[in-house]
Amino acid sequence: MSENRYELNKNLAQMLKGGVIMDVTTPEQARIAEAAGACAVMALERIPADIRAAGGVSRMSDPKMIKGIQDAVSIPVMAKCRIGHFAEAQILEAIEIDYIDESEVLSPADDKYHIDKTKFKVPFVCGAKDLGEALRRINEGAAMIRTKGEPGTGDVVQAVRHMRLMQAEIRRISSSAEDELFDIAKGLQVPYDLVQYVHENKKLPVVNFAAGGVATPADAALMMQLGAEGVFVGSGIFKSGNPEKRAAAIVKAVTNFTDAKLLAELSEDLGEAMVGINEHEIELLMAQRGE
Amino acid sequence: MSVRIAVLALQGAFIEHEKMLSKLGIASFEIRQKKDLLHSFDGLIIPGGESSVQGKLLKELELFEPIRKLITEKVPIFGTCAGLLLLSKQIENDGRVYLATMDITAVRNAYGRQLGSFYTAESFGTMGKIPMTFIRAPYIKDVSDSVVILATVNSKIVAARQGNQLVTAFHPELNDDLTVHRYFIKICGGEQLNRIID
Repeated sequence: MSENRYELNKNLAQMLKGGVIMDVTTPEQARIAEAAGACAVMALERIPADIRAAGGVSRMSDPKMIKGIQDAVSIPVMAKCRIGHFAEAQILEAIEIDYIDESEVLSPADDKYHIDKTKFKVPFVCGAKDLGEALRRINEGAAMIRTKGEPGTGDVVQAVRHMRLMQAEIRRISSSAEDELFDIAKGLQVPYDLVQYVHENKKLPVVNFAAGGVATPADAALMMQLGAEGVFVGSGIFKSGNPEKRAAAIVKAVTNFTDAKLLAELSEDLGEAMVGINEHEIELLMAQRGE
Repeated sequence: MSVRIAVLALQGAFIEHEKMLSKLGIASFEIRQKKDLLHSFDGLIIPGGESSVQGKLLKELELFEPIRKLITEKVPIFGTCAGLLLLSKQIENDGRVYLATMDITAVRNAYGRQLGSFYTAESFGTMGKIPMTFIRAPYIKDVSDSVVILATVNSKIVAARQGNQLVTAFHPELNDDLTVHRYFIKICGGEQLNRIID
C-alpha cells in the first residue's frame, strides 16, 4: 500500500512537468501566480531573497498563512519544512499540503539525518547538487527532485552547475558496463538498484526540476534545454518590477523553450529583474546545507 | 492506412501519452504553438496537468479557437484529467470554462488534495477491468443524453464519450494497460488497424 502511495506521489510530479512552480507569501500573490499560469505554488512566509537579507533562523511557515493560500487557489500548494524536521513535516501533512519541500532554504534542523520520507503519505521534493545526493534523497522517499541552485540570489550559475553535473553523471552511468555499476553505487553512496534504474532508463526515477536563481524567461529556457522537466521560481518573480508579466513570460518560455524568436518577444519590456547577488558576493551558501 | 496523433504539449504529462502511442506503433507529434497545427493528424490528445495553465496557454498561444473549431468539425479528441476539464461545458466548483465542447458537468479536484489521490481497477465500457490512476482528479457529475458513460467508480462517472470526444478522469497513460488508447485510435479511424493492434 505504501508503495502504491509513493507511485501516486511520483505521478503528481509528472502532472507538474513543463510547468512553473512559484514562491508566494500571501493569498494575493498566490492568485497572481495562478492567473499567470503557475502549475503549483510554494507557500512561505518570506521568499529566499528576504530570508537571506534578514538572517537568523528560518522555519516552517505559519499553518494559518499556508491555509489562506490553499483557500485562494485551485492548483497544488507546496510548503517548506527544515531539513530533518519531521515534526514540521507532520504538521504540513496534517493540513493536507500537496507537496512538502524539505528545503535547504530554511535553517537545517538536523545536521546529519534527513527526514525518513517513506513514513509519510504526502509527497516530498528535495534539492540536490549532484546525482549521488539526488539518489540518496530518492532512497529516503523523495518523489521529486530539484536542483539546489543558490536560492534568493537571482544568479543562475549554481543551478546550471548542478543540472550539468547531474546530467553528466547520468550519461556516464548510462554508458557504463553493467559490472561497473556496483562500484559506481559504492562511490555515490547509494543503493545498487537506483544506479541500475539510471543505467537502464538514462534518467532519474522521479521528475527533476530546476531551482535556485532563475530570474528571467531566458534562465528558464536555459534550464529546460539543459534537461530540467520544469522550473521553480522563487524570489525572481515577486522581487521584480512587474511580477504578473514576468511570471506569465516565464510560463510561456518553459512551454516553448527552444523557440528563440518567441523567447525574444517574451523577454521584451519585463521591467526590472530582481537585483541579484553574484556567487562570490554570497556570504551564506544554502546549497551546502544537507548533503 | 496509418494514423497520426497530435499531443497537446503545453504543460503536464504529454510524454507519457506519446510513449503509450509508440507502444501501439502509432506515430505522434507535439503541439506547442499555432504553426504546429499545420501538420495533418487524425486525432488530438489533451493530457493531464493543470487545466488553468493549459487553458491560459491555449488562449495566449492562439491555439484556442483553431482547436475548438477542429472539435466541432468532428476531429477525434481525447482528454485525460485536466483535458476532461478543458472539454467540459460546465465545471461545478470553478467559474472558468475553456473549450466547452462536451455536454458534461465536471467537478474539479473532486477527491480533494493529493492525499485523496488513489488507484483502482474498474470496467471500461465492455473492454473489461483496467487500471485507473486518479491524481487530484475531477469526476463527471452530469451528462446529457447524447453522452455515453464508459466507466464509473463508486457510482461517479469517470469516463465518457460523445461522438468524437472521449474523456477520462483517470490517467490511462500512467499504467501499462493500452485499452483506452487503443479505443481512441479506433475512433480516429484506425478501425482498419484492428488486426494489428488488437
